[in-house]
Amino acid sequence: MSIVTVQLGQCGNQIGFEVFDTLFSDSHSSQGLCSKKENEAYQASCKERFFREEENGVPIARAVLVDMEPKVINQTLSKAARSGQWKYGEHACFCQKQGSGNNWAYGYSVHGPRNEESIMNLIQKEVEKCDSLSGFFIIMSIAGGTGSGLGAFITQNLQDQYSNSLRMNQIIWPYGTGEVIVQNYNSILTLSHLYRSSDALLVHENDAVHKICAKLMNIKQISFSDINQVLAHQLGSVFQPTYSEEGSFHYRRNPLGDLMENLVPHPEFKMLGIRNIPQMSENSLAYSTFTWAGLLKHLRQMLISNAKMEEGIDWQVRPPISGLPALGKMSLKKELRFNTSIANLVILRGKEVQSADLEGFKDPALYTSWLEPDTAFNVWKTQRAFNRYEKSAALVSNSQFLIRPLDMIVGKAWNMFASKKNWERTVFHCPEDEDGWPQ
Amino acid sequence: MTQSVVIQVGQCGNQIGCCFWDLVLREHAAVNQKGIYDEAISSFFRNVDTRVIGDGGSISKGKIRSLKARAVLIDMEEGVVNEILQGPLRDVFDSKQLITDISGSGNNWAVGHKVFGSLYQEKILEKLRKSAEHCDCLQCFFIIHSMGGGTGSGLGTFLLKVLEDEFPEVYRFVTSVYPSGEDDVITSPYNSILAMKELNEHADCVLPIDNQSLFDIISKIDLMVNSGKLGKTVKPKSLITSNAGAFKKQQRRPFDAMNNIVANLLLNLTSSARFEGSLNMDINEISMNLVPFPQLHYLVSSLTPLYTLADINVPPRRLDQMFSDAFSKDHQLIQADPKHSLYLACALMVRGNVQVSDLRRNIERLKPSLQFVSWNQEGWKTSLCSVPPVGHSHSLLALANNTCVKPTFVELRERFMRLYKKKAHLHHYLQVEGMEESCFTEAVSSLSALIQEYSQLDATKSMPVEDIPRLSVAV
Repeated sequence: MSIVTVQLGQCGNQIGFEVFDTLFSDSHSSQGLCSKKENEAYQASCKERFFREEENGVPIARAVLVDMEPKVINQTLSKAARSGQWKYGEHACFCQKQGSGNNWAYGYSVHGPRNEESIMNLIQKEVEKCDSLSGFFIIMSIAGGTGSGLGAFITQNLQDQYSNSLRMNQIIWPYGTGEVIVQNYNSILTLSHLYRSSDALLVHENDAVHKICAKLMNIKQISFSDINQVLAHQLGSVFQPTYSEEGSFHYRRNPLGDLMENLVPHPEFKMLGIRNIPQMSENSLAYSTFTWAGLLKHLRQMLISNAKMEEGIDWQVRPPISGLPALGKMSLKKELRFNTSIANLVILRGKEVQSADLEGFKDPALYTSWLEPDTAFNVWKTQRAFNRYEKSAALVSNSQFLIRPLDMIVGKAWNMFASKKNWERTVFHCPEDEDGWPQ
Repeated sequence: MTQSVVIQVGQCGNQIGCCFWDLVLREHAAVNQKGIYDEAISSFFRNVDTRVIGDGGSISKGKIRSLKARAVLIDMEEGVVNEILQGPLRDVFDSKQLITDISGSGNNWAVGHKVFGSLYQEKILEKLRKSAEHCDCLQCFFIIHSMGGGTGSGLGTFLLKVLEDEFPEVYRFVTSVYPSGEDDVITSPYNSILAMKELNEHADCVLPIDNQSLFDIISKIDLMVNSGKLGKTVKPKSLITSNAGAFKKQQRRPFDAMNNIVANLLLNLTSSARFEGSLNMDINEISMNLVPFPQLHYLVSSLTPLYTLADINVPPRRLDQMFSDAFSKDHQLIQADPKHSLYLACALMVRGNVQVSDLRRNIERLKPSLQFVSWNQEGWKTSLCSVPPVGHSHSLLALANNTCVKPTFVELRERFMRLYKKKAHLHHYLQVEGMEESCFTEAVSSLSALIQEYSQLDATKSMPVEDIPRLSVAV
């Protein structure tokens, strides 16, 4: 089954390009560490999901590119074409001229309705080229104007028009120290809308990925391109083909459906995060070897202590001792040390993957009281290695990881909204003229 | 991609405008190697086949034939505009886009605003509509003028009202040159205050500049370059004041270096909208992010570095210096000290070989020494454009909405009151039809209200941050 990707705004389009590039180059890499037949099956499965074929053979990404100004789309299209390996559909993009001015309202209430028909038509065309549709993967930022506002609008439309297909939104959480002044407003408006219309929100925080680039990849001058490549690697490790069952040699057909089934048992909890290990620069990779035991031990502790990467993990954090009553309402002011999960999915790829022992993830103490580890925890193992890593593990989790950043954003947005009213009326009692301006 | 129209009014406006068009042509020439008329160039230029008479000559794609600036040149005396039309840029301007008169405004805001305003209103509207028609998607008017004179100040601000009525959807960005302490025009306080009222009410965003600051910056550059400390390491074309590589070598006019700085300001402001980058910032994002309340739309700007050394591999230390300089009071384009005042918002627009990690590192480094208003503690807007300015490897434009503009306005009001109390020179204004004393008193109270708002914000600086209880969700 196929996934149609919708890339929205500058962020969505820049990331989307890196994702397709990673998916393609991995599926055509010679370092799969498996038989030729196996590799061909992997390639075919990846292609079915993400690419389609045209007459002259260059695969075309199953994607629709949307932006309210032309520069980024032009850049993205030409970068893909330049690679010579794959490209975007010629008529698969929609753009306007003026941009959204970082204004969520513009994206949602002006650009959305105005361009609804054209954009939905484009998506329809792409959907018609799929034999069967697994669902939509929508890539957007929440801090800007187009990705956030128009993204919320389009997701809602997809819910109305394709109610039987799944929608997974990849959202980018902005830097805590600010990249857009109105980012908090835009973020909360987007999240509140997406929560109703999306099936799952896969969250990537700029701060976290930035740290990975700095500490693990050892990049001195980190560009957005570097950040997006790390992101693409993480997404690739989740979305590339995996065997449908333990011991089977068929790749699963419905990636989105299976992800949702394993990770979103309750519709009120749909925020997912990805952690992966190992993550390092190409130079270091050549000199490193790993064991599954070591990798999984680190991954488990990353989950428990809510670390985003394998360096600087806090090993002091431990799950609560089972038998004791579950921790009640945790005050947000207290340091949230232990990260409780609702569901976890571990995806393992590479050498000797069958020997990996995942008992550590089945500890009931990791999970909430209303789910058994048997239901809450799943593992997908695939022999074929990913992106030249001899062994790699990705953990997609539905856990408390986003509480603190979410609280911060809501707090700042509220502060900005409430303080201004406060300042105008209570602190300075000025008489107002008819327009409400202080005289 | 959107287009912008530049309206240059008065001697100051036209002289700055001239430097701007020269620079923007050089910038596009450096970037656009193939001579194809692309969207970036179309933001400021039309592509015209000059063999076609009349209006049919516009070409939207393909090779560049003849570029015409999207500009309207207005001056009530002919000298400056004539000089431009005889200079190296004569082919860039469309002779139909000029409005000139002979006698000038006599440094009298009332003459510029009331007399010439009503006289030329129709003509102005016609020229503006024409330039708007030539645009596919007009986003912004850039108005360049001075505050202290008669034409730039009076007619320039008259324009704002016209633009607001005729093109309500299009942004109005005004670059205003404020009179310095030792201004040679005696009536400049009157002109400035009368103009301020119009700016308060009809401009979307104002970038105040003053000559003294520009002069100090030039002196600093000259000192550094001539002191021999840097010797041959300074790249010749990299001075922010330089017009090296201009079409014809001509005797540098006295204000050229200063005007080049302002021209650079406008270029850098629009670079992220014209050129590609990893984090774009369009012109409509400027007011969205930097103007929290409609009245507080005055942005203090600073441009760094002032010159680039010939060393291509810029060490991080030097990059960091560029960021630090952007906040120092010596680099601001008006007499202001943002570091010791309160920030409402700040935008950092970076060009060239600078990446997001450099930006984040410097924001985190500089944040502790800056004071932001309580409800916008992380008030940063950032943008990264890949194309550096001509002659530089990187540059930074910082725009701050900061209470440090207040002293400029307070001083302006003081100088005004000194004259007004004695009613000195008032009769020149009052004898113009439509002018009454109430115009003056309204203008002063408009400015006083603005100063009051800044004062109120300053007062919140030392207040503890109140934690307002959040709304609770009804279960």
